Amino acid sequence: MRVIPAFLVAAVVLAAGPALADSDEWVPPVTDALTRAECGDCHMAFQPAFLPARSWDRLMDGLSDHFGDDASLPAEKVAAIRAYLTANAGDVRPEGAARGYMRRVAPDGVPLRITENPAFLREHDFRPAVWQRPDVVTKSNCLACHRQADRGLYEDD
Amino acid sequence: MRLRTLTAAVLLQGVAAAPAQAAGAAERAALLDGYAAAAKAADAAFAGFSAARGETFYRTEWAGGEPRTPSCAACHTADPRQPGRNAKTGRPIEPVAVSVTPSRFTDPDEVEKQFRRDCEAVLGRACTAQEKGDYITFLAGQ
Repeated sequence: MRVIPAFLVAAVVLAAGPALADSDEWVPPVTDALTRAECGDCHMAFQPAFLPARSWDRLMDGLSDHFGDDASLPAEKVAAIRAYLTANAGDVRPEGAARGYMRRVAPDGVPLRITENPAFLREHDFRPAVWQRPDVVTKSNCLACHRQADRGLYEDD
Repeated sequence: MRLRTLTAAVLLQGVAAAPAQAAGAAERAALLDGYAAAAKAADAAFAGFSAARGETFYRTEWAGGEPRTPSCAACHTADPRQPGRNAKTGRPIEPVAVSVTPSRFTDPDEVEKQFRRDCEAVLGRACTAQEKGDYITFLAGQ
């Protein structure tokens, strides 16, 4: 019941395409299998739309100390994932919520945390008890509340 | 016609599933052979892996890693047949017990990647070949 065939999802997304592209509750989903697999080892593979290309470059340069963890990968995988993330970054492909996020990035800014963007903070101004729910763990755990976040859908909860 | 094709496909999948599981076991055995050779090279007295030592390793609260991940069980839970949760990111983790997740410990690159990350986070150091072999031996029986 919870598993929806990919072709149905594709049909729905295609049908809703123009509306979604204007929506701030949607970003283009991660379609690259390697990116989904490797980033998804430890956390949902965040959509590249939430950061500018220069941020993804910085992140892919520093995987051996990725927010305190060693997330290093073989060089060829790093190169392939970097290419995907930068080609679909928010400043390269400003669709859906990416536009709002990019508007709040300084021209020379290199943000590394999506959760520090004012566009994120404005939508997530919750009392501490919400963040302390045991299944939330951290602000970057999109799926705890946005059940379709890995498909790029961030409906209001 | 369509139904017959579907039935054939299901039957074929069923036939393919049995060798796939056996292949998983073979890959796990090959992985353990590699760790055994390394353990023997490190210590000539090495006499094989132990599920009991692996379980102790799994449950031990180490002091050298990160506060959020004192033990393997911190993310993988006290019962390795249950789904776990990444203590830092909140991401759900498929059970590490091979009986529940048969693909565990079959891809050497994946296994080494995960040991490299997790041993540093939990123990604050790399794991030895003997520790890795004991851990896999424990979970292969779970």
